[in-house]
Amino acid sequence: MARFPKPPEGSWTEHFGLGTEPVSYADSTSPAFYEREREAIFGRVWLNVGRVESLPRTGSYFTKELVAAQTSIVVVRDRDNTIRAFYNVCRHRGNKLVWNDDPRAETQGSCRQFVCKYHGWRYQLDGSLAHVQQEHEFFDLDKERHGLVPVHCDVWAGFVFVNLADEPRQTLSEFLGPMVTALEGYPFDRMTSRFAYRATIHANWKLFMDAFAEFYHAPVLHMKQSPEKYSSMARSSGFEAPHYQIDDPHRLVSTTGVRLWETDPQSMKPMERLTRSGLFGPWDKADLGELPSGVNPARCNPWGLDSFQIFPNFVILIWSQGWYLTYHYWPTAYDTHVFEGNVYFLPARTARERVAQEMAAVTFKEFALQDSNTLEATQLMLESGYIDRFHLNDQEVLIRHLHRVVAEWVDAADQPAVPA
Amino acid sequence: MSPLLPREFADLEPFVATWSLASEADRYEQRMSSSMAEMQAFYDAVAPRADAAIAYCDRFPFDELPEDALRLLHLVYSLITVSFAVEVWLQPRVPDSGSTSLPCFTEPVP
Repeated sequence: MARFPKPPEGSWTEHFGLGTEPVSYADSTSPAFYEREREAIFGRVWLNVGRVESLPRTGSYFTKELVAAQTSIVVVRDRDNTIRAFYNVCRHRGNKLVWNDDPRAETQGSCRQFVCKYHGWRYQLDGSLAHVQQEHEFFDLDKERHGLVPVHCDVWAGFVFVNLADEPRQTLSEFLGPMVTALEGYPFDRMTSRFAYRATIHANWKLFMDAFAEFYHAPVLHMKQSPEKYSSMARSSGFEAPHYQIDDPHRLVSTTGVRLWETDPQSMKPMERLTRSGLFGPWDKADLGELPSGVNPARCNPWGLDSFQIFPNFVILIWSQGWYLTYHYWPTAYDTHVFEGNVYFLPARTARERVAQEMAAVTFKEFALQDSNTLEATQLMLESGYIDRFHLNDQEVLIRHLHRVVAEWVDAADQPAVPA
Repeated sequence: MSPLLPREFADLEPFVATWSLASEADRYEQRMSSSMAEMQAFYDAVAPRADAAIAYCDRFPFDELPEDALRLLHLVYSLITVSFAVEVWLQPRVPDSGSTSLPCFTEPVP
């Protein structure tokens, strides 16, 4: 018996018209399909590459390796305060313009101009070519036309997005749509206390998206992380979310809150009681003021979290205790990706607040390590190919949606252009 | 030589060299390279004092912690890192984590 009402169709899966049949994960094991994704998705979609707080001053920059799109970009704050993005390549001989020590590693810093390490060509923060070493030795070189090549770049709620298409089909806000943009007003800009993690995962990027798209796994995979009293209760009751929502190509799940610490502290671990913190965050809720309508859209009470899964590879997870996470999944091959997790809090005012944040961040890492563990094992056996169809339950509805949308984007890119 | 920790926490000084570490990467590395007996001893010594340690640090503005208080706070951070090995896994590593790791490369200071 469902604890929360299902949509009139009887299930979320049927409500969204996603089909109930078993699914294939061939899209996660095929090098050929990955090649299509690179162009059809990563070459033309808005991609979040960071936050404006990483670019605090004029000349602050960071580079981003977009392996799936086979490029690197540099994102910079210009003198007029505009955030700009450029292909990270010198116009002279094609050297990578901004890098440090390891040409494949990302870097960040601050500068007045970009200077190529190779022959010293210099570029202004707006990309224009400022100086050519021994310019008189060149033939017909028009400096006006040899600035850095810009990449479409826009900022929403402090999140910096780029789009590698020649002309994006949608503006950033059109692409994000009403479900996501209703988060505007959440105090992302004040939550500058950041823990950042990065890992190389030996699985297709979508499989990790899938892992965090459902909480059906939580009572089982994570059962040892709680005292027996809590974990046996969680296991027997299973997991149900009260609310799923789709605003193509994005999706979200909201969960109810269990403030177990208010009723039974013995269900908590000793370190959770000591720090008054844990997986759900600090027990003493941060005061963020009034939150925008996009947060807790189903008005769950008590409310636990919202996981906004923004196509293709970006997740904003907002906890009711007043902190948030972001996840990014950057494909590097059909069977590997780089996972980035960021944990954001209001700056701690006291050691006690800071200790509670430390506990929440460390707990996040312990859970994420468990989540990522299963992925390589899944990738290996999916690739064996002995089984090609797998069941998904109604709490895994968002997995169906991700793979459906990926297929739609790849198929759409394969259609020949309509003749004018 | 000035004391490493505030006077009332002098008994924890033997743990400072190993566990008073400023970065998550160092704390996690220390957990991975320690025996369970070493971590149990650290946990048993620091956990009962952690609440008092936090209260001590909160006698100062958080952005102006004296060095001895900061060392104490770093011990509490390490206690949190170690607690998962001691309270949950009964081993240093997350079980089944194979070759997976999730290094922390940015964190708030302090």
